[in-house]
Amino acid sequence: MSVELWTIGFVALTFALYLYIGWWSRVRDSSGFYVAGQGVPPIANGAATAADWMSAASFISMAGLISFLGYDGSIYLMGWTGGYVLLALLLAPYLRKFGKYTVPDFVGDRYYSNVARLVAVVAALFVSLTYVAGQMRGVGIVFSRFLQVDIATGVIIGMVIVAFFSVLGGMKGITWTQVAQYCILIVAFLIPASAIALLLTGNPIPQLAFTFSDIVANLNQVQLDLGFQEYTQPFANKTQLDVLFITIALMVGTAGLPHVIVRFYTVPDVRAARYSAGWALLFIALLYTSAPALATFARYNLINSLHNQTIGEVRQLDWANKWERTKLLAFDDKNNNGRFELTPDTATNEITIDPDIIVLSTPEVARLAPWVIAIVAAGGLAAALSTASGLLLVISSSVAHDIYYRILKPDATEKQRVFVGRIMVGFAVALAGYFGINPPGFVAQVVAFAFGLAAASFFPVIILGIFDKRTNREGAIAGMIAGLLFTIFYIVGVKFSGMTPWFFGVSAEGIGTLGMIINFIVTLVVSRLTPPPPLAVQEMVEDLRSPSGELPPEAVH
Amino acid sequence: MDKDRSQAYWRANIALIRNLLIVWALVSLIFSILLVEPLNAIQLGRVPLGFWMAQQGSILTFVVLIFIYAVQMDRLDRKYGIRK
Repeated sequence: MSVELWTIGFVALTFALYLYIGWWSRVRDSSGFYVAGQGVPPIANGAATAADWMSAASFISMAGLISFLGYDGSIYLMGWTGGYVLLALLLAPYLRKFGKYTVPDFVGDRYYSNVARLVAVVAALFVSLTYVAGQMRGVGIVFSRFLQVDIATGVIIGMVIVAFFSVLGGMKGITWTQVAQYCILIVAFLIPASAIALLLTGNPIPQLAFTFSDIVANLNQVQLDLGFQEYTQPFANKTQLDVLFITIALMVGTAGLPHVIVRFYTVPDVRAARYSAGWALLFIALLYTSAPALATFARYNLINSLHNQTIGEVRQLDWANKWERTKLLAFDDKNNNGRFELTPDTATNEITIDPDIIVLSTPEVARLAPWVIAIVAAGGLAAALSTASGLLLVISSSVAHDIYYRILKPDATEKQRVFVGRIMVGFAVALAGYFGINPPGFVAQVVAFAFGLAAASFFPVIILGIFDKRTNREGAIAGMIAGLLFTIFYIVGVKFSGMTPWFFGVSAEGIGTLGMIINFIVTLVVSRLTPPPPLAVQEMVEDLRSPSGELPPEAVH
Repeated sequence: MDKDRSQAYWRANIALIRNLLIVWALVSLIFSILLVEPLNAIQLGRVPLGFWMAQQGSILTFVVLIFIYAVQMDRLDRKYGIRK
C-alpha cells in the first residue's frame, strides 16, 4: 500500500475518533462549555494539557530548528519545559482555587476593574490569534505533502473537524479529544525517533542512544569537515545574552499562555491542579527529550544521504523528489560538477533544507515502512488540531464570557451564554482558516511572538496578584499596557520595519523578557503611588493562598 | 484556620517554592547557559555535559521539581489540617 493510502486511512480513522468524542461529550451548560464541569482527573488533564500545549511548532518545527541550531536550539527545549515549573509552582494552584472560567476573569476580579479585564481580554486575543496562525500553517504543510491536496483544501478539512468538536462539546469535548490526540501524537513521534535511533546506534531508546552512542561526536566531526561549527558548540548562531533572554521569554511566556492556564480550571481541586501540572510536564518531557535526539539523528542522516551525492543518486530518492515539489527542499548544482554539496556559505551551498521538513521526512529518509510515515502525518495533525481547538476556545470565551457576559450583559441566561460561545467558536474558526490559507510566516517564529507577548502582559499581573497584596488596579493596568506596547513595538520594529535590535542586540524573540521586567517595574511603582486595593480584595487574595474550601462569593463581587 | 496558622502555612509554601526555583534556575539558566562552556569540558556518556544539561538534564530536573512540589504540598496540607 502506498504512503498516500496509508495516510488517508490513518487520518480518516483519527478524525472519526475525534468526531465521535466531540459528539459523546456534547454539553449544554456554560460550566461544561468553558471548564468541562471541573471534573477532569489529573492524569487526563495532564495529557490534555500536553496536547494542548505541544503544537504544530513542537511536533513539526522544533526538532528541525534544533537540528539546524545545534546547542542554540536548547532555547526551545528549556524555555518551553522550564516555563512549566513556573506555571506549576506559581500559578496553577492559585488560579484553580480562584475557580472561574478565564484568565481575564481573574485579572478583572483581582483588580476590581473592567478596564483591567478588557486589557487582559485584548492581550489574550492577541496572544491566541498570533499562536493560532502558526498552527494553521502546520496543518497546511502536513496536508500539502501527505494528501497531495492544495493547502486551502487541507485547512478547510481541518477547520470543519475542529469546529465540530469545539462548537458541540466546548471545553469538555476539547479536553477528551486532546487526551486522544496526545496518545496519537506521542506514538507518532516516538516510533520514528526510536526506529532511527535503532538504525543508527543499535539502541531503540532515543535518549540513551543520544547520550551513550558516538553519534553526537560523529556529527560534530561531519559538521567540522563541511566547514560548519561543531553541533554541540554553544552560541554559534546567537549570543549568550540572547540565548538567556529568549529562554526566559519562552519560560515566562509558557506560564502566561491563556489556553494553557485555562486547563487548570478544569480539574476538581487545588491538589489535582498541582499533580496535573506534574503529569503534563512528564508527558511533554517524553517528546521534549526525544526531540533533540531525533534532531541529531536526522541531521546526521540527512547530511549522509544528500551531501556529495551525484544528481542521479539524489533523483532516485523518492522522498527527496516529493519534498522538492513542495519547495521545502531545493537542489542547485551551482558549480556544475554533477554533485550536490552542503556548505555553510550561501554562495556555494547547493542543498537548501527547510527546517519544517526534518520531523516529517525522517521516517522516509531512514527508509521506514509507509505506515510509519502515515502515523507521523496523523500525529502532526493531532498536534496542530489539539492546540488550535484549545486556542479557539480561549478566543471564543474571551469574547463570549469576558466581554459579553461579564461586561455587556451580566444578566444573560445560561442558554444565551453557551449560544454566544458557540457563535464565537464558529467565528474564530473562520478567522483561523483565513490565516491557514494566507500564512503570516514561519511556524515556530510566529509562535515565539505569542510567547513574548504572553510574557510581557499576563505573567507579572497574575504573579503579583497572588504574591503581592499591595498591587492594585492602577498598577496592573499600567503594567500590562507598558509591557505589551513595548514588546509589540520592538518585535514589529525589528521584524517588519528593519529596526536594528538596540537592546544589547537582543532579538525580537527574546525581548519579551525585557517587556516582562518593564511590566513588573511599572506595576510595582504605580501600585505604591496609588491607594491600596479594597479590603474585600485583600481578603480574597488571603483566601486564594489557602487550598481549602471555595472562595466566598461576596469576595469576588 | 486562624490567622497565625495560615500565615505559617503560607511562609512554608513560599520557602518551598523559593528552594525549588533556586534549583530550577541553577540547572537551566546557570549550568546550561551561563556556565555551559566550562561544563562542556566534562563528558557525560559520549556528549559534553553542558550540552547534555541544556538538551536533556534540565528537562528531567523540571519534571522531578514539580512532583516534589506536589508531594511536599500534600505534606504541608496535612500538617496544617487542610486535608485529612
